[in-house]
Amino acid sequence: MTQRTSLTLLTSAMLLASSCAMAQLAYVSNEKDDTISVIDLKSQTVTDTIDVGERPRGILFSKDYSKLYICASDSDTVQVMDVATKTIIKELPSGEDPEQFALHPNDRHLYISNEDDALVTIVDTETSEVLAQIDVGVEPEGMAVSPDGKIAVNTSETTNMVHWIDTSTYELVDNTLVDQRPRHVEFSKDSKILWASSEIGGTVSVIDVASRQIFKKLTFEIKGIHPDRVQPVGVRLTDDGKYAFVALGPANHVAVVDAQNYEVIDYILVGRRVWHMDFNQDQTQLLTTNGISGDVSIIDVDKMKAVKSIKVGRYPWGVRVKPE
Amino acid sequence: MNLSAAWHCFQGVLIREFLRFIQQRSRFLSALVRPLLWLVVFAAGFRAALGISIIQPYDTYITYETYIAPGLCCMILLFNGMQSSLSMVYDREMGSMRVLLMSPLPRPFLLLCKMVATALISLTQVYAFLLAALLVDVEPPLIGYVTALPALLLVALLLSSLGLLLSTQIKQLENFAGVMNFVIFPMFFLSSALYPLWKMQEANDWLYTLCAINPFTYAVELVRFALYGQLNTTALLITLGATAIFTSLAVLGFRPRKSGR
Repeated sequence: MTQRTSLTLLTSAMLLASSCAMAQLAYVSNEKDDTISVIDLKSQTVTDTIDVGERPRGILFSKDYSKLYICASDSDTVQVMDVATKTIIKELPSGEDPEQFALHPNDRHLYISNEDDALVTIVDTETSEVLAQIDVGVEPEGMAVSPDGKIAVNTSETTNMVHWIDTSTYELVDNTLVDQRPRHVEFSKDSKILWASSEIGGTVSVIDVASRQIFKKLTFEIKGIHPDRVQPVGVRLTDDGKYAFVALGPANHVAVVDAQNYEVIDYILVGRRVWHMDFNQDQTQLLTTNGISGDVSIIDVDKMKAVKSIKVGRYPWGVRVKPE
Repeated sequence: MNLSAAWHCFQGVLIREFLRFIQQRSRFLSALVRPLLWLVVFAAGFRAALGISIIQPYDTYITYETYIAPGLCCMILLFNGMQSSLSMVYDREMGSMRVLLMSPLPRPFLLLCKMVATALISLTQVYAFLLAALLVDVEPPLIGYVTALPALLLVALLLSSLGLLLSTQIKQLENFAGVMNFVIFPMFFLSSALYPLWKMQEANDWLYTLCAINPFTYAVELVRFALYGQLNTTALLITLGATAIFTSLAVLGFRPRKSGR
């Protein structure tokens, strides 16, 4: 009996400790403030603001969430922040003006697009060694590595292409022409489909990875909003393969797409110039960065409604959620 | 005052108002169509023109339809309040008011019965409107429909007391058109019903001041907050104060020397 009681007490204490110490936190890069805002998703408030390098844009976590990689674009470096101590522990040689990047599933190789140099730089995050620099189109931006780790994809905003890179040879193997100003790419979980948003073209190309051919092009139309303002940027897919969410920039809406038959099913009103997004741990919430209004909107994924907007710094750009 | 007599009297007034309301089906329809037209047609035209921003009590960005819905609820109450003043003038002209005033119960009580009866009938119209508004995605939280009830009732009392007060001043039915021009329209347009006050302040300072001293603004804000389960204390105090003032003035206006025209 005593043993059982102490076991119960111990379990409760552990549960309590874990719930206190491990709330879900969203990290948001503020492009104009040179800071990262930390939002506690439980209280839905900003609990911390951390100074980082100049013009932070793309951010992502290491696999174990102990490190946060930050593209400090105007500092021409990728910073590595120790999440526990909130300090920058290392700077990686990223090449000039890093904007977006993607981490290989091996948790070591970082693929960085260098907007000003028309290059993709591959850096080993442990040794800080540049493994390769690959020539791509003009103004490279979007960057993704397939979940199976075989292919890296980069988009070039001016050349209007999706560039396919073999991750075993670091060689450019193919290009796919998409609509004007491709901004962001996202692989499906099975690595078979690639979604590429075109900001000026106003479309999202859905590409078959095996053939590298576009098999569906999504267009968007929002009542009362001029088509020129519909500029797709960030794309996020739910793990269950049901939905894709597309941030439509100055249209201030996020499009909800049925990811099975590629039909737009809804538009959700969020803040001004919605840019990038990320899910919380169980994908019941989607967070969007709204650049001009300087806030983050939280969308309830079940209800498909924005439920809260939280003020962060100036021009929030990227967002990543650290699970409990 | 005998309680059962008071209840009997209240029932009498309520049933009369209710029967009159049922018989005038077009009145119910117009009370519903008017705000729905604003919601569907006007809001659709303006949604892109007006900037969106987060204001209390909303937690995130809202469509223009969502913004004007509480104002349109109050618009229903405003029209009904004024309509009741019209019916008082009508009653006076037709002589049926004498029947009411012959009651041995105190006159303020009779007026209160009339106000509450008008308010209750207005509330059914407001809830019918809120149900219809669901079709254009105006979806306050479920609890909001409950928390809005006392706020709507108080606003209904405010506006029917204003209606009663006006009816003491209007001697003929024909003068009622003036009420439209000089009361309903200015009250509605110079308030936060259609645009947030900060937007008005951007446009013009004295227009903003007019909106800020209009009790209807506070009535709208009281309902707006209540519809989202929140209490706007300033709005509540001002609405309560204005209701007390208008009711007292209306009671004074119905003193025998006035009513024995």
